[in-house]
Amino acid sequence: MSLMTEITIFVLAVFVGFEVISKVPTTLHTPLMSQTNAIHGIVMLGGLIVVGFANDGLEYVIGTIAIAFGTINIVGGFMVTDRMLGMFSRKPRSKPASSASRPGAGGSDGGSS
Amino acid sequence: MTALAVLKPGGDAATALYIVAFSLFIIGIKQGTHPTTAKRGNLIAAVGMAVAVVTTLLLDGMGNWGLIVLGLGIGTAIGVIASIRVQMTEMPQMVALYNGVGGGAVALIAWSEIRHGISLGEDFSLDTLIPIIFAGVIGSVSFWGSNIAFAKLQDLIPTRPIAAPGQQVINAVLLIAIVTICVVLAVDHESPSQGLFILLLVLAAILGNLVVLPIGGADMPVVISLLNAFTGLSAAAAGFALDNVALIVAGTLVGSSGTILTMEMATAMNRSVANILFSGFGGAPSGGGGGTGEERPHVSIGAQDAAIKLAYADSVVVVPGYGLAVAQAQHAIKEVADELEKRGVTVNYAIHPVAGRMPGHMNVLLAEADVPYEQLREMEDINPEMPRTDVAVVVGANDVTNPAAKNDPDSPIAGMPIIEVSEAQEVIVIKRSLSPGFAGIDNDLFYEPNTSMLFADAKAAAAEIASEIGNL
Repeated sequence: MSLMTEITIFVLAVFVGFEVISKVPTTLHTPLMSQTNAIHGIVMLGGLIVVGFANDGLEYVIGTIAIAFGTINIVGGFMVTDRMLGMFSRKPRSKPASSASRPGAGGSDGGSS
Repeated sequence: MTALAVLKPGGDAATALYIVAFSLFIIGIKQGTHPTTAKRGNLIAAVGMAVAVVTTLLLDGMGNWGLIVLGLGIGTAIGVIASIRVQMTEMPQMVALYNGVGGGAVALIAWSEIRHGISLGEDFSLDTLIPIIFAGVIGSVSFWGSNIAFAKLQDLIPTRPIAAPGQQVINAVLLIAIVTICVVLAVDHESPSQGLFILLLVLAAILGNLVVLPIGGADMPVVISLLNAFTGLSAAAAGFALDNVALIVAGTLVGSSGTILTMEMATAMNRSVANILFSGFGGAPSGGGGGTGEERPHVSIGAQDAAIKLAYADSVVVVPGYGLAVAQAQHAIKEVADELEKRGVTVNYAIHPVAGRMPGHMNVLLAEADVPYEQLREMEDINPEMPRTDVAVVVGANDVTNPAAKNDPDSPIAGMPIIEVSEAQEVIVIKRSLSPGFAGIDNDLFYEPNTSMLFADAKAAAAEIASEIGNL
């Protein structure tokens, strides 16, 4: 691909990103941020290519760490987004509030926001 | 294109599959902007990612499978465990952390590309080298900046702004040094020095630390969102270096959509992104109602009084803030609301755009506690109803209710839109103490005549109020 082709793609993608995101209800800001966060984990492909074609010791190490980092970004990102959205899609009032207190989460530090 | 072109397959089949992948990302993000389709959108994007990963694994000439499996295995294990175990309240720092590792991956890939090219003795063209340098610098800044953001949100380091004297000067010097090294590397692009490149990564790392450390906890959402956009752009840069269209499109999408989200968040706080990055709420406020030492008169009540006030109201508005999140009080608050609704009291929740530490943070928490979606009201929507509200209950929110934002032009938060709880007939503030919020300023609300303070942990207080209402 020529540099100019790549720049063309880049500029178009900038506008797609702007267009696709407008008018988001506040409720979905966190999940959406988390989802786009997962998508930039795509850089893991770079790690795969580095390791796949590596030819010295340090490159193996760097590349493997990059793959692990990128995979955490992807897997964790999509799963956490799914968990967040799962809470919205749950039918309101379908369950009694039996989960009133969750274990292992003590309150600490004063309230401030 | 250059260095790796002989090794890297860029065939039509691979490119076609990458096109499928990034199309799925675009559809996924688009669907992520609507409540009904968001969950499916996330799945679609995840499928796109799977397509992209499998395509890459199938590239001709890939080797070192043991290491690839190792990296994928470690990453998957950590990602799965972390995302299952994380509490909903810890979501912001989780996103920061995932963002950080993404940035780290970009920086490592950039470094490795430099090494690879040098070891093959190839000439770097500027079209390859410039993206690599950009990816390295931004990736490194993002990695370290995100880690600091994570540490602040996790209370591993103080959330207060931490700044050394002459910080701006140090940052400026670092920035100049980074730009200089970039130029030197670019000028000498046919045989760039690996040592210089590593120095560049280190300087960028220091800059990432120094830029985020002085920013207070309240501004962290904006910072995380900004770093998210940065990581996206650095991934796109890596795509330029590797001639990989999937990286270019996906990274750029995140970069541009993240920029919009960041600006929206900053706007909600009535501040510019530059202002957040370069000033922070700064040191101790001098003037503007700081009133250190002198005790201002306020009304303090117990859970029983609060229960009576609430039970005999017609309409109640709950204003949640970060204190609700740290105390895990969302379920207890829902119980209070249930008790009140049994008695015919109307209950709504007023959600400030930056309540908590991320936009939508409160919505996620309250949804977890089964609060009906239609009771979550946005700030502009609920403010006109405040004068007709009998009791406003502020649970662990502080700065977003501070009337100083409206009344005191000298206040550091002057002009920030607030939830106008002081317009309500009565206000109950559930809070552990009179201590200031992230902005570090006193909240005039606490001293108004119609405000009652209930000093307690939000969860314990709410549970007590719920049982008191039940006994009435």
